[in-house]
Amino acid sequence: MLIEQLINGLTLGSIYVVVALGYTLVFGVLNIVNMGHGEIFMFGAFMGVVVTNSLELPLYVAFIIAIVVTAILGYFLERVALRPLRGKDGVSHLAPLISTIGVSIFLENAAHHLFGAGNKPFRTSFSDMSFTVGTTTVYYVQILIFVIAILLMAGLMFWLSKTKAGKALRASAEDLSVASLLGVNTKRMITQTVILASAMGGIAGILVGLAFNSVNPQMGLSFGLKGLAIIILGGLGNVRGAMAGGLILGLAETFVVAYGASGYRDAIAFIAIIVILIVRPQGIFGTATSGSRG
Amino acid sequence: MLKLQNVSTYYDKIQAIKNVDIAVEEGTVVTILGANGAGKTTTMNTIAGLLKPKEGSIHYLGEDVTGLRPDQLLRKGLALVPEGRGILSSMTVMDNLEMGAYHRNDSEVGADLEKVMKRFPILKERKAQLGGTLSGGQQQMLAIARVIMSRPKLLLLDEPSMGLAPLIVADIFKIIKEISEAGTTVLLVEQNARQALKVADYGYVLETGRVVASGNAKELLQDDTIQKAYLGH
Repeated sequence: MLIEQLINGLTLGSIYVVVALGYTLVFGVLNIVNMGHGEIFMFGAFMGVVVTNSLELPLYVAFIIAIVVTAILGYFLERVALRPLRGKDGVSHLAPLISTIGVSIFLENAAHHLFGAGNKPFRTSFSDMSFTVGTTTVYYVQILIFVIAILLMAGLMFWLSKTKAGKALRASAEDLSVASLLGVNTKRMITQTVILASAMGGIAGILVGLAFNSVNPQMGLSFGLKGLAIIILGGLGNVRGAMAGGLILGLAETFVVAYGASGYRDAIAFIAIIVILIVRPQGIFGTATSGSRG
Repeated sequence: MLKLQNVSTYYDKIQAIKNVDIAVEEGTVVTILGANGAGKTTTMNTIAGLLKPKEGSIHYLGEDVTGLRPDQLLRKGLALVPEGRGILSSMTVMDNLEMGAYHRNDSEVGADLEKVMKRFPILKERKAQLGGTLSGGQQQMLAIARVIMSRPKLLLLDEPSMGLAPLIVADIFKIIKEISEAGTTVLLVEQNARQALKVADYGYVLETGRVVASGNAKELLQDDTIQKAYLGH
């Protein structure tokens, strides 16, 4: 029972991590919360439904299509909602928040039109396949989700710490002016970051579809808010914080459900925010100074 | 090499520099002097592309570069070490140095890295440390080492001696001399007017956003009004 719940918690947590990384990358570079990220993620999930259920193509094709579509959505979000507001005199620092909320409303309604309102099942050939060790049942799909999430995290960490482009992104996240003085085309860097974050959202969408076997146009909001809770928990703009925060939230939710208080499942994230904001406002991994940059 | 004509820059509606004319000849060291708020940093940031001038033009190596971005100017060999040094404090000393060569794709980056490590042994010692953990003097060394990694033709230094102990300030000016002797043209903003005029060939004095005096560094050192205002006599 305990090990089973641990596996469930890690699976859920690793999905949350991938959702939260999309927020944290954009926040790191732009110091804004991209409120459209949840809906881009939802589009990724629907791409999975369309490819595997309607077109009956294999799962890896779904990943490719979801990445491409969400990357394109990310590009348009940056061009339409963020770039026109940047560097203009008299634009409030809340303006990008509002404009990305606009994008999220647009995408949610577009999803209603394109895919219909209700829940869509997300079935794959191995959805029900599992194996049992002792009394513990493990579904293959859980292992798949966990492995993909870990690979994504490891890949991102490697890219950020070892490659030239990754270092340029970190430099931009610390200080856009300094990065541009060092030769980074910051305009392009910002666009690339939003595209990268959105594509990660697309992958997260498919992972959620696999885990819950259900996709609907409203799912962006609830997962989006949890992603936000996680980056506050871990420290805004902090990649490691997002990873730790996501796993903590996933485990906490799973154990709350397992040990009786299932009605409080969705409250955990927000209780955690309240506690964190009182005890350690910069987040678990955040530094006290980074909060003043916003 | 560099020529500012009639350059005016605004922050929102407030004019920070007014009709500034500055020329820098290749191979020289030129310094801009002035009190706090005179517009020195605004001038430097405008030249480096961080700020866009509202009026006037900037020519560099015979080309109109008005309104180009900092990364475009760096590719042409114009580099700025900004006020406050611009160290990436959450990245290691090594990452900082490598970012200096971000725009370069040639095969000599490794050799250049060896060279600056040899010139600044303290950086080699601390290469795995985060930039933010260095002392002020070490950060300034890192900022200069990093900009050397970008192989600038024209190097802009904004108050490199700010907040540093006298011994380290002397070190910094020694390094500026070395950079100049190695063939890089230097434009230097300083509060430390005496030291700056000693290394410089030519100087400009800014007051409330305007150039109020200019001349050979030696003449400025002797000038009565300059002495009274900036050299503390």
